[in-house]
Amino acid sequence: MDLRDAISEHVRDGMTVSLEGFTHLIPFAAGHELIRQGRRDLTLVRMTPDLIYDQLIGMGCARKLIFSYGGNPGVGSLHRFRDAVENGWPQPLEIVEHSHAGLANAYAAGAANLPFGVLRGYAGTDLVEHNEQVAFVDCPFTGEQLSAVRAVRPDVTVIHAQQADRHGNVMLWGLAGVQKEAVLAAEVAIATVEEIVDELEARPHSVVLPAWTIAAVCHVPGGAHPSYAAGYSTRDNDFYSAWDEIARDRERFSEWMREHVLSKDEVPA
Amino acid sequence: MSVGEAVEVTPEELMTINAARELRDGQVCLVGVGPPNAAANLARRLQAPGCVLVYESGAIGAQPVRLPLSIGDDDLAATALELVSVVEMFNLWIGGGRIDVGFLGAAQIDPHANLNTTAIGSYEQPKVRLPGAGGAPEIAACAKSVIVIARQSPRVFVEKLDFVTSLAHREGHTVVITDLGVLRPGSDGELELVALHPGVEVEQAREATGWDLRVADDLERTEPVTQRELDELRELRASARR
Repeated sequence: MDLRDAISEHVRDGMTVSLEGFTHLIPFAAGHELIRQGRRDLTLVRMTPDLIYDQLIGMGCARKLIFSYGGNPGVGSLHRFRDAVENGWPQPLEIVEHSHAGLANAYAAGAANLPFGVLRGYAGTDLVEHNEQVAFVDCPFTGEQLSAVRAVRPDVTVIHAQQADRHGNVMLWGLAGVQKEAVLAAEVAIATVEEIVDELEARPHSVVLPAWTIAAVCHVPGGAHPSYAAGYSTRDNDFYSAWDEIARDRERFSEWMREHVLSKDEVPA
Repeated sequence: MSVGEAVEVTPEELMTINAARELRDGQVCLVGVGPPNAAANLARRLQAPGCVLVYESGAIGAQPVRLPLSIGDDDLAATALELVSVVEMFNLWIGGGRIDVGFLGAAQIDPHANLNTTAIGSYEQPKVRLPGAGGAPEIAACAKSVIVIARQSPRVFVEKLDFVTSLAHREGHTVVITDLGVLRPGSDGELELVALHPGVEVEQAREATGWDLRVADDLERTEPVTQRELDELRELRASARR
């Protein structure tokens, strides 16, 4: 399926949308398509907003962000995210903030069709005060106080994977992040893939999402750049470093987005 | 900064090398982004080649040849003994108590080694919005010991955190490595300066701390940085840019 059609069919303004991929396999091309189609008021969910949500936030697509680490890994700040939180540019951004363990368990609970996930952690931190999706429960067996995180149930989850077969079964391998949980927690899932193959081969460290868990498969080679797809590409660390300068300035950011995203047709930056 | 006989190091290098010295062969070490990443990989090149590196992205037993920029670089996944999902990493490996040493950085640290990586100023209207928690709260809570790396200055070493992101006081199992020296919690949990780097005076450490800093009676000096430590660190950093 064409990525444009998949996004326009499944993603509406105001929806809760998760683009997952933990450093690896981040669905950049799909994010760019959301920007080109001018989606607004989205609640964006991602453990690590990364450059892709920096771009969506800076382009005014997001009303709310549910996340657990909003930095450019190894480089520093996400300047568009910061500008939205610190100065409300281009519009105010409501934030719901977890720890990694909290958000990972919120996805897992959503995938399991449970109302909440349970973990140790959060106790004594200020995160609890600022996040209504975190509460404490007593263990019915030991009485220990534990943290509960409300399940995350995105309307749409988008992932990028290495391969799909002709039936629409999707396979990803390498660092698998929370993609399986994010797909199964969602009402609808879209996968962009590097390659469509006749048959999926068994591989170590692989995750297969059966065709009946994915609403649309789109062939988008390079769709994770500047993130990467193990076996197909390597992480473009130079771009991650360069983004710091590009995103620091509103004008430079807007110009970059015009040149590399808005004027492009489904070509990853 | 001049250290020892002839080896010239930057404050950053001094901190990273001293943090690396804390690691031992066989220890299972959870590595965060930034300086902890450099320190853990340096330790593998020096006294702790058998140190097991775990990255929260899901890589267990990673043996990167180049210094990774992110905690999810391809080199980590390619060299790891095992790759697990993020949910499994946090629930079974970190939450399950299988990490010996957690490495953490912070924008602010208080006298009890609690950490702020969330915001400077108020939470609602932050002066500086920082990346946030990431894996730090669970690493701080569940690892058997914690190494914190932070530049020592009154802006970083504050009496009261603007936001409590992680509780890093671990009943003595915490060490804070700064560019001036080494701090450990005393019996009541308050950090105490236990060592100074060569050439640093107590007064400098006091001035760089936003509270009345306790100084150990038997204040020690860290060993001067060796040429080998510095060469390995610089080679490691250069490898990241290739």
